[in-house]
Amino acid sequence: MERKAQTWVTLAYQEKPGSLPEGREGFLESSQPDMSKYLLLQSRDLIFSNFNWRELCGNPPSFLGNSPTLFGSRRFESIKSGREELDLEYENGGHQNQAMDFPGGRISFTSEMRFVSESPRERIPCYRVLDDNGHPIMHSSFVEVSKEEALKMYTSMVTLETMDTILYEAQRQGRISFYVTSIGEEAINIATAAALTPHDVVLPQYREPGVLLWRGFTLQEFANQCLGNKADYGKGRQMPIHYGSNKHNYFTVSSPIATQIPQAVGAAYSLKMDGKDACVVTYFGDGGTSEGDFHAGLNFAAVMEAPVVFICRNNGWAISTPVSQQFRSDGVVVKGKAYGIRSIRVDGNDALAVYSATRTAREMAITEQKPILIEALTYRVGHHSTSDDSTKYRLVDEIEHWKTARNPIARFRKWVNGNGWWNDEGESELRANVRKQLLQAIQVAEKAEKPPISDLFTDVYESLPSNLCEQEELLRESIKRHPQDYPSDVPT
Amino acid sequence: MERDARVCVMGEDVGHYGGSYKVTKDLANKYGDLRVLDTPIAENSFTGMAIGAAMTGLRPIVEGMNMGFLLLAFNQISNNCGMLHYTSGGQFTIPVVIRGPGGVGRQLGAEHSQRLESYFQSIPGIQMVACSTPYNAKGLMKAAIRSENPVILFEHVLLYNLKERIPDEEYVLNLEEAEMVRPGEHITILTYSRMRYHVMQAAKTLVNKGYDPEVIDIRSLKPFDLHTIGNSVKKTHRVLIVEECMRTGGIGASLTAAINEYFHDYLDAPVVCLSSQDVPTPYAGTLEEWTVVQPTQIVTAVEQLCR
Repeated sequence: MERKAQTWVTLAYQEKPGSLPEGREGFLESSQPDMSKYLLLQSRDLIFSNFNWRELCGNPPSFLGNSPTLFGSRRFESIKSGREELDLEYENGGHQNQAMDFPGGRISFTSEMRFVSESPRERIPCYRVLDDNGHPIMHSSFVEVSKEEALKMYTSMVTLETMDTILYEAQRQGRISFYVTSIGEEAINIATAAALTPHDVVLPQYREPGVLLWRGFTLQEFANQCLGNKADYGKGRQMPIHYGSNKHNYFTVSSPIATQIPQAVGAAYSLKMDGKDACVVTYFGDGGTSEGDFHAGLNFAAVMEAPVVFICRNNGWAISTPVSQQFRSDGVVVKGKAYGIRSIRVDGNDALAVYSATRTAREMAITEQKPILIEALTYRVGHHSTSDDSTKYRLVDEIEHWKTARNPIARFRKWVNGNGWWNDEGESELRANVRKQLLQAIQVAEKAEKPPISDLFTDVYESLPSNLCEQEELLRESIKRHPQDYPSDVPT
Repeated sequence: MERDARVCVMGEDVGHYGGSYKVTKDLANKYGDLRVLDTPIAENSFTGMAIGAAMTGLRPIVEGMNMGFLLLAFNQISNNCGMLHYTSGGQFTIPVVIRGPGGVGRQLGAEHSQRLESYFQSIPGIQMVACSTPYNAKGLMKAAIRSENPVILFEHVLLYNLKERIPDEEYVLNLEEAEMVRPGEHITILTYSRMRYHVMQAAKTLVNKGYDPEVIDIRSLKPFDLHTIGNSVKKTHRVLIVEECMRTGGIGASLTAAINEYFHDYLDAPVVCLSSQDVPTPYAGTLEEWTVVQPTQIVTAVEQLCR
C-alpha cells in the first residue's frame, strides 16, 4: 500500500453537499485533509481498487458509504430526485484483485471466456391474474377493482368492440374512407386507461382509441373525426382514427411509427420540470420497437429519469410481418433491461393483470421518477387496417382461435358474471344500445357540414401568412370559375 | 431563459461543455442541468423530445451540434414539428426553436459543411431565419423563442467570432423582415448569412469602380420578405442573388422563381444567382475555397449585369 501516497486521482471537490462540484486533479497523499469533501471521479491507477479510505484518512465521504470509487456524472441540485446511492460493494482481502475500474463503474472480471447466450433457456414469464375461464388464479397478486370500476371497464370494452365492428363495416360500405380496428386488444386499451388519471398525458400510436373512449370521448366525437366534418377537432385534416384531444390529454395520432416515443420522453421532461403528480404513457406495437426512435426514446428516458410508462402492444404482427421477422430477442420486455429500465411482461388479454401492472407502473414512474416498460402480449384479431386482408398471410384458423377462445372481453365477462355483477340480459341491452347510438352518430356526422375552405389554410402557422392568403385567393377564384369541378358540399 | 421559466435548451454537449461553439456556455451553471439538457446522440429523438415537451407547454430550443446532423431529425421536423399544429386542428402548438451552426467552414469536410436551409424550405408549418451579425443574432433568437410557430434559426460556423457593440437591453427583431445593409440605385444584391460579408467586400470594390449596389440581407428564408425585396427590384431593375447553397434546389432557386413571378415587369435583365456548385464540399482548403462564391466573382457578375 506504499503507492497510496502517490496515487493520481481526479476528484470533484464539493464545498458542501448539494453545492456545485469543481474538478481537481492531483496525487492523493496520506496527509490529505478532510476527504469527505471529495467525490472521486476517476482513477488512472488501477491499483486504486486496493485503496482503503479509512486507512488513508479515517473519514470516508459519507455519500459513498463503504465504496472508494464513484464513476459517471452526478446530477446538480436542479434534479432533486437524481441522487443515486452508490451500491458498489467494496470488498476487503482476497477479492481485491478480482474487480476493475472502468468508466461506467466497477466490474468484476473472469478468466473464463464465456459468451452470453443470444437466446435464454427460459423466456421471461408473463404475469396473468385470470385464467382462460375468467377465474382468478390461486395466489395471484393484483390490484383490487371495485364493482363500479369493473363494470365501467367491461362496458367500455364492449363499446369499443361494437364501435370497431360498425365503423369497419361503414368503411366497407363506402361511408367512411378508412378505418383501423383494435379487435382483440380491448383489454389493453381499456384496462391501461382505467389505471391512469385524467392528468396523465397519453401519446398513442393508432390502435388505442379505447383510451380516449375511457376518458369520455363520445361516439359522436369519434364519428365526427372519421367523417371529417366541421365538428371534428382536427378540422377534417387527418385520416380517420387519427384522433386527438388536448382536453382529454390525448395527443393527436401521427401516422409515422414510433415518432411518439421520443415525444413522450419530452412530455415527461416537461412534467418532471413542473414536478407534476402525473406521468406520460405512450403506446406502440411490436413493429414500432424496430424503429430508431424506440431505441433512443428508451435510452433517453432512462438517462433522464423521466416519468414515462412505455406500453408495447405485442400483438404478433406488423401488417404482414410476424414477430419472428421483426426481432430475435425474447420479445420486447428484455429490451428494457438493456436500457436500464424496469420492465414487466403481462398477458394483454387479461384485463385485471393489465390494470394491476399499469397502476403499479404509474406509481413507480411518478414516485421514483423513472421510466417503466410494459410488454402486453396479445393478438391482432383484425386486419392491420381496411386496406389489408390478413388472411393472405396468416391462417384463418389462427385468427378464429384468438377471436373466440382467447377473447379478452369474454374472459373478463366471465369474471364479472362470476362476481354476480353482470348478466346476459345486460349484455344484449348494452350491445343494442351502443349499436343504436353509434349508427345514429354516424348519420348525424354524415349530414353535418364539412369544414370550410378556409380551414385548408389556417393553423399551418399561428396566423395566416401572406403567401397562404394568396394561395387561398387563387383557390377561391378557381372554384368560382369552375364550380362543377369542386365538391359541392364544402362550404366556401 | 430568465424571463420565462418554460424556456429550456436541449442538445448534445450543451450543458457543462457549453455547446460545440460555446453558444450555451455557462447556462447550465446558471439554470441547472435539467433546463440545459445534455442528450444522448440521437438527433431524431431529441428533436422528437422537444416536440413532445412543446406540446406539453415548454418552449424548447434544440441545438444541432452541426446543422448537418439535423438530417437525422428530418422525420420529426417534417412530419411532426411542421404538421402537428395543423393535423391536430390547432389543439397543440409546437413553439420550438431549432438552431445550430451550419454552412461551409474551414476544412470541416463534406458532412460538416451542409446547407440545410435548402432541404427544409418546403416543409409546411415551419419558419426559417438566418442570422449574420451579433445584433441580428440576438434579436432573431428572441423573436424565434417568443414565436408560437416552430422556427429554424441558421447560424454559420465562421461567424461566431464576430464582435459588435450591441444594446444590453431587450430587443426583438421581426422574423419575417429582411435587413437593408446598404441602400443603392444600380442593382439589388440579395444574400444572407456569411455571404453577406463577401458581398460587402465586393461592394467596396464596386463602389470604387463607380457602381452603387443595394445590398439586402434577406434574413427570413421562409417566408421571403417580398415587400422589401420587391421595393428594391422596382427601384434598381436588376437582381443578383449570392448564396452558399448548391445551385440545384437552393434558397436562391426559390427566390429567383418568386422574383420572376412577382416582379417580372420590373426587371431589365434576368435574375442572376451565384451559388455553390452541386458538389459535396471537398476537404482540401484550395478546393473548398472555390466551391464558395468569392468577392471577385460577385464583382464580375455585377459588372456583367449592369452593362
